[in-house]
This record gives sequence, C-alpha cells and structure tokens, in this order.
Amino acid sequence: MAIPSYATRGERIWHYIFLGICGLVFLFLVGPLLIIIPLSFNAEPYFTFSKEMVTFDPAGYSLRWYQDFFTSSAWLNAIKNSFIIGIASTFLATVLGTVAALGLSSRHMPARGAIMALLISPMIVPLIISAAAMFFFFSKVNLAQTYLGVILAHTALGIPFVVITVTATLSSFDTTLIRAAHSLGANPTRTFFKVVLPLVTPGVVSGALFAFITSFDEVVVVLFIAGPEQRTMPIQMWSGIREQISPTILAVATLLVLLSMLLLTTLELLRRRGERLRGLSPG
Amino acid sequence: MSESSAAPLRTADGVPLKVSLRRAVRRSRIKALLLVAPLLVFLIIAFVMPILEMLWRSVDNPEVSTHLPRTVSALEGWNGESLPDEAAFAALAEDLRQGQQERNLGLLSSRLNYEKSGMRSTISRTARRVGSLEPPYRESLIETNDTWGELDTWKLIKREASPYTISYYLSAIDRQLSPDGEIVKVPEHMQIHATLFWRTLWMSAVITGLTLVLGFPVAFLLANLPMRHSNLLMILVLLPFWTSLLVRTTTWIAILQSQGVLNDVMVALGVIADEARWQMIHNKMGTIIAMTHILLPFMILPLYSVMKTIPPSYMRAARSLGGKPFLSFRRVYFPLTIPGIAAGGILVFILSIGYYITPALVGGQSGRFITNYIAYHMQTSLNWGLAAAIASILLFVVIICYLVFNRLIGVDKVKLG
Repeated sequence: MAIPSYATRGERIWHYIFLGICGLVFLFLVGPLLIIIPLSFNAEPYFTFSKEMVTFDPAGYSLRWYQDFFTSSAWLNAIKNSFIIGIASTFLATVLGTVAALGLSSRHMPARGAIMALLISPMIVPLIISAAAMFFFFSKVNLAQTYLGVILAHTALGIPFVVITVTATLSSFDTTLIRAAHSLGANPTRTFFKVVLPLVTPGVVSGALFAFITSFDEVVVVLFIAGPEQRTMPIQMWSGIREQISPTILAVATLLVLLSMLLLTTLELLRRRGERLRGLSPG
Repeated sequence: MSESSAAPLRTADGVPLKVSLRRAVRRSRIKALLLVAPLLVFLIIAFVMPILEMLWRSVDNPEVSTHLPRTVSALEGWNGESLPDEAAFAALAEDLRQGQQERNLGLLSSRLNYEKSGMRSTISRTARRVGSLEPPYRESLIETNDTWGELDTWKLIKREASPYTISYYLSAIDRQLSPDGEIVKVPEHMQIHATLFWRTLWMSAVITGLTLVLGFPVAFLLANLPMRHSNLLMILVLLPFWTSLLVRTTTWIAILQSQGVLNDVMVALGVIADEARWQMIHNKMGTIIAMTHILLPFMILPLYSVMKTIPPSYMRAARSLGGKPFLSFRRVYFPLTIPGIAAGGILVFILSIGYYITPALVGGQSGRFITNYIAYHMQTSLNWGLAAAIASILLFVVIICYLVFNRLIGVDKVKLG
C-alpha cells in the first residue's frame, strides 16, 4: 500500500501511525504463541521467564518438560486416543461430506437452502449445547463412554467444514472441462480420474484437514460424553490447566503450535496447487 | 407459425421434449437427493435427535407421576382449598413405602426439592419411617413431618403431576411458580442465571466490538497490499486461527497471571511495584482479552474478503472530486465494508456467546458465561432439566442470530482460511 504522491504531510504521518497500529495488532495475534516457545524450555517449574533465561544462561534452559511429556503414559495414551478418534471421524466426515457436496452442487437439488442450513448447523450450535444434547441422547442408546460415541460426535462436528470447502471447490469447477475431455476421446472413468479428481482433491483434502483439526482440538464434547478410557490430548491439557499446572503443558502447546504451522503450510500449498490447476494463477 | 407450435417438439425416440426434459430433471433431482441422503440421515441421528431430546428434556416432568401414582390419582378430584382427605394420605404412604422398598425415591425428592426447598429431607425421612406408620395416615404422616400438614406441599404435588413443566424455564430466568401458580421472582440470593445471561450478552458485545476495532485496520491493510506481501501477513492471521484453542488459552494464562510474563516485565521495568501486581486474569478482563485474541481471525477474514472486492479506484475518485481523506473514507469506503462488518460481527458474537472453555479457564468467578452454568448443572448439581432449559434458551438466541446472518450474508458464502 504505497502512499500516493499527492499525499499531504498529515496523511503521511497518519499512514505511518496506521502501519504502527497494524503492527501492534499483528503482535497481539502472534506474540502470545511465540512467547510460549521459549517458556517451554524453562528449567524451573514456572510459567514465566526466570533470571537465568533472561540472561541466556544455559542453566536456565532444559528439555525436562519435553522429556516429561514423552515419558508420561497419560500423555502418550492421550495422543493415541486423539489420533484414533481424529482419523476415524475425519474419514467418516470426509466421505459423507464429499458425497453430499456432490449432490448439493447439482443444479436440481431440491430444498438446497434448508438442507445446507441443517448440514452447517453443528458448526453454528454452541459446542456446550451439542455436548449436553449428545450426552443425553448417547447415554440413552449406550454410546456414551465409548470410542464409537466420541467418533460419531466428532464426525457430526467435522461435517460442516467438509461440506463448505468441497461445495466451494465444486462451485468453481468448470464443467466444460469434462466435455473437453470427452471430446478429446477420454472415457468417463478416465475423465474422472484425470480431470475431475485432481481438481477436486485439494478441496477435499483441506476439508478433511479442517475436520481433523476440529476433532483434534475439541474439548467440550469429549468432556461430556467420553469416559476415562477415551481421554484425548485436549482433555489432558484441560485437566492439566485446571488441576496441576506444570510447564509440561507449555511443551505440549509448543508442539501443537508447530503442528498448526505444518497444517497451515499444507493448506497453503494445496490452495496454490488448486489455483494453478484451474489456471487462476501463473506458476 | 401457429401450425408448427401446435405440434410439440419431440426427441429422437418420439417422446415430447417437455416430458423428456421433465423426466431428466426429476432423475437428476433424485440423484442429488440420494447423494445427500446418507449424510442427512447420519446428522439427523447423531445431531438433530440429540438436540430434540434436549428440548424435550427441558419440559419433561415424569418424576411425580411415576413415583407417586396412587397419590396423584387420589388428588384428582381435590379442590386445593384445604388439606386432602385420608385417602390421599394413605396413597402417599403406600407410594413412599413402595419407593423405599425399590430405593428409587432419589429423583422424586430432588425434583420436588427444586420447587420447594426441604422436600428432599422431608421425603427421605418420611420414607424411612413409613413402614412403621399406622392408620389413620393423615395424623401419623403429619406427626412424622409437619411439611405434610402444609397445604402448599399438596398443591405442589398436584401441580407437578402433569407430565410437562415450565418450571425449568422459569428457574433458568430466575423465576418460579408460587404455590398458587403465579410466576414470581426467586429470592435475591438465588438470582444467578439472569445476571449470567446479561453478562454473556454484554461481554460478547464488548468482545465483538474489540475484534472489530482491532480487525478493521488489519483487514484494510491486507486487502490493499500487493498479493505477495498480503499472503505473508495473512499467515500471521491464520496461524492463531489454526492453533489449538487450549494452547491459545494457556498462553494467556502464562502471560496474564500475577506471576506471569506481563506482570514480571512491568515489575522489572519499574512500572508497578512487586506487591501491586495487576490482576488481569480469573476475572472479566481475562475472559475479554483471551476471547478477543481467539475470535479476532473470525472478524478479519470476512472483513478482508469484502474489502478485497472494493476497487481502490473508488477512493481515488472520491479524492479527485475534492473529498478530504477522512470524508472520502467515511462516505465512500466505509459504507461498502458494512456487509463484512455485519458478517464478522454476527459470526464473532455467535461464537462468543457459546464459548465455554476459555471463560471457564481464565474467567474466574466474575468472568463466567451462561455456558459455564450449563456445565455446572450438567456435571455438579445434576439438575439436567435446568441445564437443558438454559441450553435451549441459548440455542434460541443463537438461532435468531444465525437467521439474521443467513439473511444478510448466506452461510454458504462463509470462507474458511
């Protein structure tokens, strides 16, 4: 955003003030996430920087909280549970959501608005309400305190994300490409695998990533409907924050920030690939 | 001309074109429905039915009619002006005797205790001694516990014999039914829910306002920078968006608590004394700061996508027509961003009033939301009917906001990431 050459002096000053404000907001957004990374290497069991850390004395730093994390059976079990539940519910949500998105993007879909509103509703209804409702219902049908129950609940929560991203991808899908493929001699199967699938995949994968992170980060529903056997990472963190606050949480938090960076990069690459395939941007 | 339009167009196999087209449309409509059907069925079972069950629970009232069936039928013709006759007392003794044998009076006594405090102990004490009571039961029951001699007790039993009740909704808004069936406020010291509803609403409004104030300049900057730079800065917005909610809440605990980073820095800089550390967490301020941080991306993203569509030439035109910078911004640019403000605002507000985790962890006693009370009644007080009623009211508010949102923007236009 360049300053136009006709800008007055006051406008120039205002422009730099504006940039300063934006800088502060960016700091507010990212600063807290970056602060915990050094804190997680604290040698003391505190949530703040010790004297040694500020003076960069190596004695102030240690990996003990990471060691704590990787040797604790409670944490490792929680990670395992999180992955089991996350992967299973992502798979279900992606399959159901993608198939439904194909139907929703048909021109002849009846009651499209109403159905869409229903499919999106798990994203809109506050989690605590879904959790309470699922607790009532799932304990009635003996699904509470089972893996299946948690997986089904997380599938429901992940579905809106899959439906939204895949319908968005399909709506920008140029159907003349299919005709072009046919006219160039490709049979329907070949067209699907060589033309349709590569164009739709980025949308499906990013929908799946959304569904996965939703499940992986979800506390409230698990808190209500899971038993002690299904303790997930977020639950472990939740009780860690509430009960015995220890910097192990900061180590976990750091690992999760790294995970989110990884996810973000993946999504960005997918988005670029999608745009390139559709010819929206060069290179 | 008229002759050719009289003979309908036909397809190659001789079917009129109209019929054939209609058939094709119907076929593709069925195909589309079949594709959506599995998901629809799944969501109805795993999501819609639980919500309906919850709504039903908020008015469901089975306890009295299940556990005091004889008493209820004995009270059918009772006019409620004086104590009921011996038959009703005998029926009550019989019901309590059976309940004591089957050991299932717990639900009943909790249910009646919500309406009239003291009923729990009245029922459990009477039930323990009911085996040795002799007729006439009217005298012996009143002798065991004089609550049975109160007209209000019997009025309560008769009222709660109905299979549905609005009393959970009434207690969700700090009201109750008086013995005469009028809606009255509960005693002052028990009024908690209405305060929490208001607090949830005004704090969510403050949070929405703060995200708008902080998000607007950033969205403006992102929308007006060249792609190369804005993509990079966008990562700074998306990173918190993608980071675990608990991680973001934890970092605010680490920063804001009294032995935390911010206070330490302030003490080290000499801004505040070591004894006078700021109390920034476990109160309203903690909730507002942490939730503003968490919800800020939800404001920036819709604002950005609207601002991206405003051509920069509009502002230049306004300037060239003589508008001062501020006037051109206010009269030309700002009105065009209102759809984005509405979208972001409603989105943040909806998310905020339903938040549970963050207020529970950093809100302390004064920064709690109504959601925390849903959890409290679900897990601690075990008054599930009340939890369901509070949740239903909250759901109603959210649905209203959602309908406004849908009307204004359309939910399928929400962009993620």
